[in-house]
Amino acid sequence: MYGGGYIGEPEKNQPQVQDDPEKLAEFEAKIDRGEKIEPQDWMPADYRKQLIRMIEQHAHSEIIGALPEGTFITRAPGFKRKMALMAKVQDEIGHGQMLYSAAETLGKTREQMFSDLLSGKSKYSNVFNYPAETWADVTIVGFLIDAAAIVNQVINSKGSYGPYCRALERICYEEAFHLKQGHDAFVSLAAGTPMQRKMAQDGLNRWWEPIMHFFGPSDKISVHSERLMRWKVKLASNDDMRQQFLNTYVPKVWEIGMTLPDPNLRKNPETKQWEFTEPNWDTFFKVINGGGPCNKERLAVRKWAEEKGRWVRQALTNPKEKYTVPFA
Amino acid sequence: MKIISLDPRIARLSDLPEESETVIVEHEEGWITFEVFHQKKKGTRHTHVGIVHAPNAEMAIVFAKESFARRGPTTNLWVVKSEDVVATDYDDSDIFDTTPDKQYREAGFYKTRNKIDLLKDSEAHE
Repeated sequence: MYGGGYIGEPEKNQPQVQDDPEKLAEFEAKIDRGEKIEPQDWMPADYRKQLIRMIEQHAHSEIIGALPEGTFITRAPGFKRKMALMAKVQDEIGHGQMLYSAAETLGKTREQMFSDLLSGKSKYSNVFNYPAETWADVTIVGFLIDAAAIVNQVINSKGSYGPYCRALERICYEEAFHLKQGHDAFVSLAAGTPMQRKMAQDGLNRWWEPIMHFFGPSDKISVHSERLMRWKVKLASNDDMRQQFLNTYVPKVWEIGMTLPDPNLRKNPETKQWEFTEPNWDTFFKVINGGGPCNKERLAVRKWAEEKGRWVRQALTNPKEKYTVPFA
Repeated sequence: MKIISLDPRIARLSDLPEESETVIVEHEEGWITFEVFHQKKKGTRHTHVGIVHAPNAEMAIVFAKESFARRGPTTNLWVVKSEDVVATDYDDSDIFDTTPDKQYREAGFYKTRNKIDLLKDSEAHE
């Protein structure tokens, strides 16, 4: 997973830091030429801030995303599925680590990011505030949520910040396996007994709204910054990413005779755009602000892990070693 | 606090922190960072692949294996403390600007065949 997804717009009405106009012009020229920005380069204060926020939330999403799936490791149907799920969950934690490192090169320590996650200051992808109720949910997360994340991550890997792009390239490569194993497990249910088929359909019905929420509100209601586009921090609009996702994956659901719980979902043959019922965005904002079925559980588990693991980290710490910001 | 969870590992915990409880992760708990270099096949170059947090080099190797050698071939890993990396400054990268112009350092710069052909031509006409 679980990259990206829409977590919220950057804070508005904050006083903008005035950057040195000469350096800014040089910086923008570099980006226009397609060059990557590296940690040691000069960058506008707002570029740094937005990237930290975005990469950090992406990292949190990887870590928290492992929780609903991890739930089913003990109950995966068969040895092969269990091995695959364990490998996937381990990958997600690894992706979280890589992304924390990428954010860390921008000057925010990993520990500060952990603390901000635990205090609720910093968010993670909203889909993980929902539970995986049955094994079918795990297959749908692996198939469709990972697919949505890949759409987002492939786009972001063309961004301007070197360490983030490098992490994303590696992540996308590993995610390809997540998507395939999810698809395989999902198709196995769909091709199974009537009871398995029903399980898969129920799961789809449960997850459709969170999936439609994944890329965030329509561009019509969510303002995005021209500047972040120009700096290649954001590379595609929420609607474009959602269209790309629907275009590839709705046919894959339909081809195995499964349905999606939206009677208006169709591709308009003239505009070539997908049409759908607008999901309830009030629900989305309610869940992201703490009102979802699993928000409490997710944070409680992370807090528990930090508290219970502290003595191990402290026992290993060598006080003579002094931290420096990682290099690349 | 106890939570009714679908996850049996969570449902059996009785000491989950309350929602109101603040948990701060102190900076010193995060250890230091190491740059990781990965070698696919013996005889090939090591490539920088990322960083790990670890209290010492020995643990860094353990974490590097978990993070960067989960699939595909690996024969060797190096870890180097991030603070020990010495690098040129990107702002000074103009010191390399003229290097690609030094065509006389390239084999393709030397068009000797032309000269031989000319020489042979002139000898034939003598």
